[in-house]
Amino acid sequence: MEDNKIIYAENLTKKFGNFTAVNSISFSVNKGEIFGFLGANGAGKTTAIRMLCGLSTPTSGKATVAGFDVFKQTENIKKNIGYMSQKFSLYEDLTVKENIVFYGGIYGLSNKEIKEKTDYLVDILKIGDARNKLIKSLPLGWKQKLAFSVSILHNPKIVFLDEPTGGVDPVTRRQFWNMIYDAASKGVTVFVTTHYMDEAEYCNRVSIMADGVIAAMDTPSKLKESYNVKTMHDVFVKIAR
Amino acid sequence: MRTILFILRKEFLQIFRNKAMIPIIFFMPVFQLLILSNAATYEIKNIRFSVVDLDQSRFSRELVSKFTSTGYFILTENSFSVSEAEEGFRKNTSKLVLNIPQDFEKNYRKNGKAELQAVINAEDGSAAGIIYNYTSNIIQQFASGVVTEWTGLPEAEKSPVINISYSNWFNPELDYKTYMVPGILVALVSMVGVFLSGMNIVKEKEIGTIEQLNVTPIKKGQFIIGKLMPFWIIGIFELAFGMTLGFFIFSVPMLGSPFLILIVAGIYLLVILGMGLFISTFTNTQQQAMFIAWFFFVIFMLMGGIFTPIESMPDWAQTMTLFNPIAHFSRAMRMIMLKGSGLQDILKTLYILGAYAVVMLTFAVIRYRKVEG
Repeated sequence: MEDNKIIYAENLTKKFGNFTAVNSISFSVNKGEIFGFLGANGAGKTTAIRMLCGLSTPTSGKATVAGFDVFKQTENIKKNIGYMSQKFSLYEDLTVKENIVFYGGIYGLSNKEIKEKTDYLVDILKIGDARNKLIKSLPLGWKQKLAFSVSILHNPKIVFLDEPTGGVDPVTRRQFWNMIYDAASKGVTVFVTTHYMDEAEYCNRVSIMADGVIAAMDTPSKLKESYNVKTMHDVFVKIAR
Repeated sequence: MRTILFILRKEFLQIFRNKAMIPIIFFMPVFQLLILSNAATYEIKNIRFSVVDLDQSRFSRELVSKFTSTGYFILTENSFSVSEAEEGFRKNTSKLVLNIPQDFEKNYRKNGKAELQAVINAEDGSAAGIIYNYTSNIIQQFASGVVTEWTGLPEAEKSPVINISYSNWFNPELDYKTYMVPGILVALVSMVGVFLSGMNIVKEKEIGTIEQLNVTPIKKGQFIIGKLMPFWIIGIFELAFGMTLGFFIFSVPMLGSPFLILIVAGIYLLVILGMGLFISTFTNTQQQAMFIAWFFFVIFMLMGGIFTPIESMPDWAQTMTLFNPIAHFSRAMRMIMLKGSGLQDILKTLYILGAYAVVMLTFAVIRYRKVEG
């Protein structure tokens, strides 16, 4: 295994009873890459992500994340990753500031760091007046951008984003992707799932899952070439159908 | 340690931001103490009864007026048919039918013996027992009054009688409140423990934030302490608040040390919180958690000696109370408050509760998983 591969999976499998959600997938993600993890609903994306994040033990195969084993070293993995799930990860009944303090605190940031981060985030997200507002009173786009910022608060090596832009307007999605690029430029590896094919074009490399297996994996341009179509949308439709 | 403080801070912010919480914490004890301690009593007044007086003599009228003059009985119906009077049972208009047969007075004068029948509605067994006691007391008094009248001797010399004088220890006036208040406090603490703690964790499952926590480096122990401690603190506060109310408003005695009670409560709360946590590990919605918690809570409450004495239960049920934390806690509570029992007297209870706390929390901690299989 080369040092450059920050996520490495080999024949990773997850079965729930008779149902095989993830069937022997093998892939690797390079450091600093934006890796798009695509697939239709129910293809097994979330299950795969949950295994890589140490939330779910694989049935068989092997995988390492940031150099740690997904079977035995899940707690070490958790120190080195950020995660933003499909569901809301922020507490709706806490304010912006309280959420940042809480997540900063449990990741072991010092009080000074927490304060600096809070000021920084409030500044770049342009939510100055809202820092003492409850999360539930904020528009969805703000919540998602804030959730992403909170998930990389502790400068993780990798951040897993599970459909981060679901239900968000195009302008905000664009801003969201600017934030992703910004994080990647600082060396954070981004592992992202999405159903928006325009977003798939933004990724360095994408894999497309269908029925628990990885059906295709390459850069967006090479995929379009080999399937002889013009957009990622058409690639996806060809594979996922 | 610092991590736990961050969790605690978050939990307290959320608990007190919940608008229902403050009323639950402050009004619930006041309401429960005010209403339950005054409403739950074994004394029965205003027992409605009907009379079937087929004798229509001076005797029979005197007997009936004995009943009504006690203040406990209200005569609702006079009839000449037993079945008509018993109809009152079905309509729920009477609890007792007094059948005075013909020649009641005549038989007594002739034979020194007379019979009458009291039919008691025993739908509610304990109420029926109390009505029976009242009734037989009144008839007894009436009978001895009659004897005095006929023989001319003062009551005491009528026949050799053993007089038993009662003295009720620890609750001399048999004040029901004195008995109820400690029990209600136990119920209060239990509710805070079982319901609030279990629901809190399941709520995080429902909204999905538990996933976010499971992906952080929070250790299982830190999470559990951070989640349970707020309710431990609230439970202890609730109890201290309730005891203060009981002492100053209801003048319930506090013969023992209130601090000893808080120590017992502290251990008891660990058992109950462990139970709440355990329930939360195998439920996914607050509804499920609520139902399961309620199931155990009702059994523990009804069989815990809070409302009915454990001594009146059948043997198998008494054995079951050994496994009921509420029974242990409420016994210790009454011992300390009403009898002034000290640490030595309740040591056994402390050990038992301590053992349960260890078992319950171990189960819960083993069941709680950050990683699913």
